[in-house]
Amino acid sequence: MDHLSMVEWARAQFAMTALFHFFFVPFTLGMSFVVAFFETIYVKTGKKEWKEITQFWQLIFAINFALGLSTGIIHEFEFGTNWSTYSWVVGDLFGAPLAVEGIIAFFMEATFAAISFFGWKRVSKGVHLASSWLLAIGSNLSALWILIANGFMQHPSNEFGNFNIDTSRLEMIDFWKLIVQPVAQVKFLHVVSAGYTLASIFVLGISAFYLLRKKHVEFAKKSAAVAAAFGLVSSIFVAVIGDEHAYEVANTQPTKIAAAEGLYVGEKGAPIVAVGIPKNLKATEVTSNDEAFAFKIELPHMLSILGKHGFNAYVPGLKDLINGNPEYGIWPLSKLAKIGQEARDDLKAYHAAKEAGDKAAMEKARNDFYSVVWTGPEGLKLRKADLIGYGFFEGKNPDLIHPPVPPVFYAFHIMVSLGFWFILLFIWAWVAVVKGSFENNTLLQKLAVLTVPLPWVATSFGWMTAEIGRQPWTVFGVLPTAESATPIALANVQATFFMFLAAFVILGIAELKILFTVVKHGPKGAH
Amino acid sequence: MSWAPFTVDATHFYLQVYFWIIVAVLGGLFLLMTFVQGGQSLFHTAKDEMEERAITNSLGRKWELTFTTLVLFGGALYAAFPLFYSVSFGGAYWVWMLILFGFVLQAVAYEYMNKEGNLLGKNVYKFFLYFNGIVTMLLIGAAVGTFFTGSNFSFDPVTKDVIWGTAKDGIDLRGLEAAIDFKHGAWFNLAFGVLLFAAARILGALWLINDIDNNEFPELIARIRKTIKTCFGVLVVALAIVLAGLLTMKGYAYDIHDPTGKITLEPGKYLHNLLSFGAIPLLLFAAGLVLFILGVLKTGFGNSNKGIWFSGLGIVLIGIVVFVIAGLFGTSFYPSYADLQSSLTIQNSSGSKYTLEVMAWVSVAVPFVLAYIVWVWYQMKKNGPITKEEIADPESHAY
Repeated sequence: MDHLSMVEWARAQFAMTALFHFFFVPFTLGMSFVVAFFETIYVKTGKKEWKEITQFWQLIFAINFALGLSTGIIHEFEFGTNWSTYSWVVGDLFGAPLAVEGIIAFFMEATFAAISFFGWKRVSKGVHLASSWLLAIGSNLSALWILIANGFMQHPSNEFGNFNIDTSRLEMIDFWKLIVQPVAQVKFLHVVSAGYTLASIFVLGISAFYLLRKKHVEFAKKSAAVAAAFGLVSSIFVAVIGDEHAYEVANTQPTKIAAAEGLYVGEKGAPIVAVGIPKNLKATEVTSNDEAFAFKIELPHMLSILGKHGFNAYVPGLKDLINGNPEYGIWPLSKLAKIGQEARDDLKAYHAAKEAGDKAAMEKARNDFYSVVWTGPEGLKLRKADLIGYGFFEGKNPDLIHPPVPPVFYAFHIMVSLGFWFILLFIWAWVAVVKGSFENNTLLQKLAVLTVPLPWVATSFGWMTAEIGRQPWTVFGVLPTAESATPIALANVQATFFMFLAAFVILGIAELKILFTVVKHGPKGAH
Repeated sequence: MSWAPFTVDATHFYLQVYFWIIVAVLGGLFLLMTFVQGGQSLFHTAKDEMEERAITNSLGRKWELTFTTLVLFGGALYAAFPLFYSVSFGGAYWVWMLILFGFVLQAVAYEYMNKEGNLLGKNVYKFFLYFNGIVTMLLIGAAVGTFFTGSNFSFDPVTKDVIWGTAKDGIDLRGLEAAIDFKHGAWFNLAFGVLLFAAARILGALWLINDIDNNEFPELIARIRKTIKTCFGVLVVALAIVLAGLLTMKGYAYDIHDPTGKITLEPGKYLHNLLSFGAIPLLLFAAGLVLFILGVLKTGFGNSNKGIWFSGLGIVLIGIVVFVIAGLFGTSFYPSYADLQSSLTIQNSSGSKYTLEVMAWVSVAVPFVLAYIVWVWYQMKKNGPITKEEIADPESHAY
């Protein structure tokens, strides 16, 4: 129990630092491009007002950039400090993209930030502009590598990873396949375009704030025009790629999509719950999807259409994923756990034989460990070794195998709802900008101001959907969260949790206070 | 003597050596970049706001590079030597957490300290920079010291489950024992911490003298120059202790040809390592030391402001040699004094051969990255040092 508590505290610490970091990441991804856009217009037109606009938004970007960087470094090392078993077992597959991020992206970001922030009078206009673009590209490349690493956690495949019986580790066997895995690629596009949307809403909202106050009117109109156009394209793209992302998740992490939609019992032509209040139930005790909600409004067939691309396609529920469903070839958890346990026994037998120098026994254990237990379409094969993580659940409560429904359901639905609101807002704003009415439309301006905090809510909930929805695994289907943590006394993790919480709260308040002061002063003398 | 083990995959071994050399180079470059931390310990030399802002702006344009080097150092260790990442970070928990905490505080301090509405006031942010410049450097130094003196852990060779604090005669403070457990080399670790801090402070002073306009800030430059002399004395004492320890202590050795990788204690191991490979490590170390001292003499005791380039190159060479003798030539780079056979070597803690091959290809990008860093550095420096006009200019994003 103590061990579980430690894992929960380690999770809480990681969630806290990740969420705090994720307040700044999408902003950086989007604002770096917004600043580059403004500077490009400045360089093209040579007009000083565009330089002023660029420098104002750059100042705001820089204030966020610092805290984003500082919270980011904790993450890289937190994998070692709090998740040392994870780091050892999957270090090849997870550490490699992080190292590539450092070499390819992070240095580009940090190096060209120096010119972009401090080089206005030290380098030529062209070099400065190129640096601002390289800063933006570096930031986004950084996200790519992080999401490749995260994509592996969401959907590890034996096409790029193999559990090595000799080293007892999951090792990389195909780097290219790791890079181009569809889960990571759609996730990357979804996250960066969400960042662009977030930054556009911020610029639009602050511009609307100035227009409502009748201050810095020309500055605000120009900023809003760029934000409306960038935001419109980005917000639509977020939804389109989000749909593709959901399709990937439905086919690779069925427990996550089932939890996100509160689907306990699998159905053909499964609906999406547009609005609902899910109950916190154990999947093994639910008999129908209706009893799982206190209230719900459904869109019929939509989950089958979006998740499986078929009007009447079957979508498994959490109960099917525990009890199995032979009609659709879904194995019960007990079978997966049994195979996983056998793999663990083979692993132990192999090392015992190795210790004893018994080559025949080693060979037998190895052959058993890598024996194929399932062959699917297109030659897809699953071996015992691929299911070793399920051995952890042998003899355990089967309800541990799925994520909790209410938090994943709410996080997912709030994110999607806000996404649709952002599209509407940007359509409205863009039309108003084109017609020249944005300056006088106070209702739209007020809504834009009120919307400013919402993309942070949406992106945070999106991240929570992805991470809580993957539970109880750190690497889906391979490494349980409970087996990933550092063996360390609880008090250490608690102490560092509060240490970082205090720092983040204080620095977060400081950041907001500086930000409000800068916005209050406006673009004149922004630096 | 054969340079590659004949009992294990030679390509894998060469890749392990290659990545340890990359780690050593990154470690050396990180030591150079700690001039930022060292400079942060020199705020007391500023006597008015303009002088203080000169220091802030000079260091504030470079802190991200130090930060990034540290991140890459961590990333390279994670990918190439994941067992070290797991054992050291998960084991010496508090050392690494406090180091990280220091970097979190540093990252915001530059951007926020001179901004209106910064909540905590300038002095608190300055304290953050001092903390990062002094405490973090001492901790990093002590952590590197354990590469030679060892740590208090053991692990299961099959599951690699790490247990920290298993030495019967040891202290378990999740890494912090490195500074207080004198039975297990705390004196060496502390001396290493002081050495690193003193070197960083000297580098910081050399950098500031080079980067701040000497004509506009003559008094500040004179005060900074004075600190080099005192700090150099501290450095010489710490260096003497570290060198004496290094050359006399028993090292954690293994035979690269032995597939079991059995660890033994070898008297004079690090001296042997310095003399290995045609004594190249010793020559590089000596060259680094001479360059470092030359930089100190030119700028600390003379009137030149170019000392940073000599001392900077010197510390990179010294840093590389320190890591090379810690991990190559059949040496355990992360030894355990609790259980000798749990000690980590480049061979028993590395990633798979395939991962290292892939990462080796990726490392081809490193020279390009270094090239554009140098180019950007040149671009930012070519128009001369930081002036009062630039600091006061509202368009210069000055801190």
